Amino acid sequence: MSAVSLLTIEIATAILAIGLLVIGLIVPKDQRQGIGYLATFGLIIVFALTLLYTNVQETVFNGMYIIDPYSTFFKQLFLAAAILVSVSSFDYVKRLGYNQGEFYSLMVFATLGMMMLASAGDLISLYLGLELMTITFFVLTAYRKNDFKSSEAGIKYVILGAMSSAILLYGLSLIYGVSGTTVIGEIAKGLNQGAQPLELLGMIFILVGFGFKVSAAPFHMWSPDIYEGAPTPVTAFLAVASKAAGFAALVRLLVIALPSLQSSWVVIVMVLSALTVIFGNFVAIPQTNIKRLLAYSSIAQAGYLLFGLVAYSALGVAAILFHSLLYVFANLGAFTVVIAFYNKTGSDEIKDYTGLARRSPLMAAVMLLSLLSLAGIPPLAGFVSKFYLFTAIIDQGYIWLAFLGIGMSMVSVYYYLIVIKVMYMGEPPEDSEPMKLPVSIQATLYATMLVSLFFGIYPAPLTDLALSVAKAFFPF
Amino acid sequence: MITLYHYLILGGFLFCIGLYGALAKRSAVAVLMGIELMLNAVNINLLAFNRFLNPGDVTGHVFAIFVIVVAAAEVAVGLALVINIYRDRMTTQLDDFDWLKW
Repeated sequence: MSAVSLLTIEIATAILAIGLLVIGLIVPKDQRQGIGYLATFGLIIVFALTLLYTNVQETVFNGMYIIDPYSTFFKQLFLAAAILVSVSSFDYVKRLGYNQGEFYSLMVFATLGMMMLASAGDLISLYLGLELMTITFFVLTAYRKNDFKSSEAGIKYVILGAMSSAILLYGLSLIYGVSGTTVIGEIAKGLNQGAQPLELLGMIFILVGFGFKVSAAPFHMWSPDIYEGAPTPVTAFLAVASKAAGFAALVRLLVIALPSLQSSWVVIVMVLSALTVIFGNFVAIPQTNIKRLLAYSSIAQAGYLLFGLVAYSALGVAAILFHSLLYVFANLGAFTVVIAFYNKTGSDEIKDYTGLARRSPLMAAVMLLSLLSLAGIPPLAGFVSKFYLFTAIIDQGYIWLAFLGIGMSMVSVYYYLIVIKVMYMGEPPEDSEPMKLPVSIQATLYATMLVSLFFGIYPAPLTDLALSVAKAFFPF
Repeated sequence: MITLYHYLILGGFLFCIGLYGALAKRSAVAVLMGIELMLNAVNINLLAFNRFLNPGDVTGHVFAIFVIVVAAAEVAVGLALVINIYRDRMTTQLDDFDWLKW
């Protein structure tokens, strides 16, 4: 296939993003909510296009860009997340009342950046994808005008995001210097003279940079603030898709480009994952804001995803693929409830969720299932994916890490149950009435709930897919 | 004779100065300037490696040009957000941005 036909998905996404930007400017102000529908429709078409590429294994532009089952899996994940986020943000964006076209356009650009990140076959395209994603998120984070929290979150994200990019880039420049190439697939050949100090330094800088991007402790401190301050649909997208994109690139870089340093990076990744799991789960306990609670829980989930890298096996990569998919759907379910609740009440405090089960059984049920899936309770999908992650590390002999993970999962059940207790046991406020949800929100809630339930009860098709993708990706 | 090591040491120094500025400065604009220094240290590294280790190749140059372009975009967005928050709070001192627990 020619380069252009291989890049159809990316080109279509870019056209969609630019088209939304233009349409947002020429459509009259009172008709702009249609742009949200247009964005969703366009994303669904692009998603359908990706189905044609599931078994393609090609590189274009001399290895700059890789289209393989691994990247296509992640692209489908990002697109599914983008579709669900744009559907659930119709009302939220309408209430903002300004620049609706730009909001969706930026969201599609961020998706394009994630796709480039998952497909990057070269350090340059990896950096470009990363920055396309991050810079768009800077703008989206500060999207609420005259909201102090939103603009504060924006400036904090710019400073920490730019700093982590610079650190990552310094690592990439050292790796380029030692190996003499920027093509990820050829770096391993250039590095085969054993571990030199410069390589190790580069690897450490890369891990620190990506540690920021996927918010692994001790580089997580930006994420709770930014998750709390950003507009909730942006938080949802940031928490699920940008983290999965960071993992897609990190796994490719460590497994394909730096296998010669595996004995060194595995130790660092192990320490990071243990710290992240412990820290994320314990600090989540005292939180009173639901967005901050979900932020800490997603820090903890990043720790579980790092387990798959520690395992350094096809099963570990498969478990990362599986867990990131379920993490996306469970988190999106929870965040959609938060968006809908904010649209109705204007509050993100956990205490205001009291009696939600009686005001809106659907919202409470989705929140319940999503949180239990994140905690890893059977028969929900989160149980199966955590089972695979723990199996992968036990296979490699890291039994203590598996025990740590299981123990911390129990801690997570505690703070998830606090939210569930407030929703189900609490009394609704005196003057409250049942909440009527818009069709778009309902559709998102049902979709996320079905995915969490279906793949929990019948995970075989997804595990087979994840394993075959991981086996094709993993070199040995 | 100036060798690769001189350039790498210069890059390392510049990176450390930039990192110190980014971590120690209180003004958001000064922090962004520190980050620019870090990115320029990366450019020095890339060009030095390209010049001394792969003289026939232009990969390092291309990478450096991309870094310059993206850094410009990044700092443009960063300064826009600084103006945005200045309009709200009448300050650009990072210590004053404490509405969210840091």
